[in-house]
Amino acid sequence: MQSSSKKKSRFDISKYVVYIIFVLCIAIFGIWLGDSFFSVTNLLNVVRQSGAIAVMAIGMVFIIGLGHIDLSISSVVAVSALLIGVILRSTGNIFLAMLAALGFGALVGLCNGLCVTRLHMPAFLTTLGVQSILTGIAMWMTGTKAVPITNDTFLYWFGSGQVGGVIPILLFWAVAAMIIGHIVLSYTSYGRRVLASGGNVTAARYAGVNVKRVTVTAFMMQGILAALAGALYAGRTQAARWDFGEGVEMNVIAAVVLGGTAMSGGTGSAIGAVVGSVLIMMINNGLVIGRLGVAQQTLMQGVIIIIAVALSELGKKRRE
Amino acid sequence: MENECVVSMENICKSFGGTPVLKNVNFQLKKGEVHALVGGNGAGKSTLMKIMNGVYKKDSGIVRVRGREVEYQHIRDAWKYGIRMIFQELSLCPTLSVMENIFLTNEIKKCGLLNKNAMKKKTAEILEELHIEAKPDDIIGDLPVGTCQLIEIAKALFSDAAVLILDEPTASLTDRETKVLFQRVNELKQKGISFIYISHRMKEIFQIADRISVLRDGELISTLDIKDTSMNEVITQITSGAGGDLVYHPHEKPIDGNPELFRVEHLVIGDLVKDVSFSIRKGEVLGIAGLMGSGRTETAEAIFGIRKYHSAKFFMEGQEIQIHSIRDAVKNKIALIPEDRRREGLVLSHTLEQNLCLTNLEKIKRRILSSNRKAKKFAEKCVRDFRVKTAGVNIPMVNLSGGNQQKIVIAKWLKTNPKLLIMDEPTAGVDIGAKGEVIEIVRKYAAQGNGVLFISSEMPELLAVCDRIIVYCEGVLTKEYLRESITSEEILEYAIQQ
Repeated sequence: MQSSSKKKSRFDISKYVVYIIFVLCIAIFGIWLGDSFFSVTNLLNVVRQSGAIAVMAIGMVFIIGLGHIDLSISSVVAVSALLIGVILRSTGNIFLAMLAALGFGALVGLCNGLCVTRLHMPAFLTTLGVQSILTGIAMWMTGTKAVPITNDTFLYWFGSGQVGGVIPILLFWAVAAMIIGHIVLSYTSYGRRVLASGGNVTAARYAGVNVKRVTVTAFMMQGILAALAGALYAGRTQAARWDFGEGVEMNVIAAVVLGGTAMSGGTGSAIGAVVGSVLIMMINNGLVIGRLGVAQQTLMQGVIIIIAVALSELGKKRRE
Repeated sequence: MENECVVSMENICKSFGGTPVLKNVNFQLKKGEVHALVGGNGAGKSTLMKIMNGVYKKDSGIVRVRGREVEYQHIRDAWKYGIRMIFQELSLCPTLSVMENIFLTNEIKKCGLLNKNAMKKKTAEILEELHIEAKPDDIIGDLPVGTCQLIEIAKALFSDAAVLILDEPTASLTDRETKVLFQRVNELKQKGISFIYISHRMKEIFQIADRISVLRDGELISTLDIKDTSMNEVITQITSGAGGDLVYHPHEKPIDGNPELFRVEHLVIGDLVKDVSFSIRKGEVLGIAGLMGSGRTETAEAIFGIRKYHSAKFFMEGQEIQIHSIRDAVKNKIALIPEDRRREGLVLSHTLEQNLCLTNLEKIKRRILSSNRKAKKFAEKCVRDFRVKTAGVNIPMVNLSGGNQQKIVIAKWLKTNPKLLIMDEPTAGVDIGAKGEVIEIVRKYAAQGNGVLFISSEMPELLAVCDRIIVYCEGVLTKEYLRESITSEEILEYAIQQ
């Protein structure tokens, strides 16, 4: 027997960072804030706030797993929320409103995907440009005026509803997205193809993966999920506004990276991404209850992202 | 054996950017044969196979599979006809597990979802059968190169292929692994599967192949039965008679009296290298012979400051030096030509010029900024000095053949004027012609009073280039030979197998 098989440590800390920080944060907030943080109402509130981000984080796991990035999601949230608001106001038809919003999301994803795969544009700049275009459209649609949403059925399904009288409907959406995302990523050949393409494009292509199609599909999925998140925003706040989702792409990316998905592509965890989303919203919530202002919230978010990325990089170093 | 033709390629032509790479090539593959395909750097072997496999589109000519003319749009089309290629460059995804790689695009499913248990079981069987030391859940990126190569081969062997194209499959395999591979190839041959075997290792070809085709400069020179030819004849055809034999030329001035250049004392790297000491004289080429995993690469890496060691003393020209990082090594005029040039030696997407200048930035400086003119001049000089075949210095490295890429790696380090040059498998995937040139470069460089530490798995090569050879066995330095005392390769082969 030769000694060629080197033993390497199997423990990859980047996969567990999110859970460690999660527990730490609960402990810290619990000690610091006590019951005002631990009350059922507050915890359910955290969950409700994380719903939309979690849904988008699922899409982003696939995009980042492919080694790309999508910055346009925030503006898709705004436009699709406005589409829903406007269509509900004029027709009251929920099906039509959702179809338009999701269709719009898919279309944006298709454009992003085609630009990246056919025109070989970098995803970062493509989606940054698209974000700006869509924000412009969103402002234009209603002249920056908010559209109130009064359709009770819509508000129930995408905002205030409670499954079984306790569990917020937003949690239902987040959990559904997580389960589907996890199954697609880990238990379908599509998920394998995404991670293979992100890990080594040449290898994937030589193995017969149609990398272009896989990429376009991932962007379309992300678009649809962002549109769904738009509906969740509209449902929760009972209105649609052009500045919905502003800056949310950073939260989503942070949640995904916290959850153990490497920015370089090739790995991904759907469950980690959802836990990451809840974590980020929980930190915000804790800081608000702790009477800290927006300034401190923003600051803390930065600190946490940097710590998380540093920990996952440390994990990678050890593996090498 | 039947004479049925599985694949027949007729009058295949292909050019890249106006340069013809294949000129009217005719190639026939019979059912159940192992057909070796040999030729120099850029002779067109890989291109021909990539056309057969659907990676490249041919410019003209006909490809027939079992007599029917075929046109491919995509690799998958070639698969439908049972043609599969194992690529020279690792085509595994480093972030996925062994199981996920083996079943990529070929997953076993139950109710539309992946059936992980079934795949895991099957993977374990495959690994077991090929004696691969890995588990289905191991991540490819964590495994040694040799194991990855075997997994790649396993992946293709266990698909339902009728034609398997192996491109340099043994480049990073140990002898034992090679034996297992050949055994498996012979078994599959009996079942009527055909193999195309691209290699630079003549010995292996004469072990495994039934027929051999020689390509030179994009033309098919001959197709011969292995029984009717000899290694010398084939080598002559490849190099068109221009000195392909590897012969040892002793130094003009004897080096026995030269002072010591570099010395390692008591090098210990965990279980990998166990208390090894050796020294190199000025003007000497010291070879390390040993199997993969015997600690030879680790030794090189320790001297170059890449690998952490547990204890060691290093001396350069009698002075003790500290080596804890690559900077330390470079400061002490030590250079390493790494084992895997694609991963460690080059920035493949950059041009020749960029790669060459990276280690020589102070040479192209004009005051404080680097000068484009100087860079270009410098790169062109390197290309001339090292006889690199290229259309210019502004060409990305990926477009060069293996041998020419390796010459660039050597050039980039030799131009830094190191005193000690460490070379780890410098001729892997390099054809005989270029091999000879590399050896000549090394000998000349040593003769100028420098030292070379030369690691190789190929005995003829070690014998041609080294003045003294030390043998590694499982991390222990077991033997030491002066070149003159070695009368045949067998002595070395025997020594490393101990």
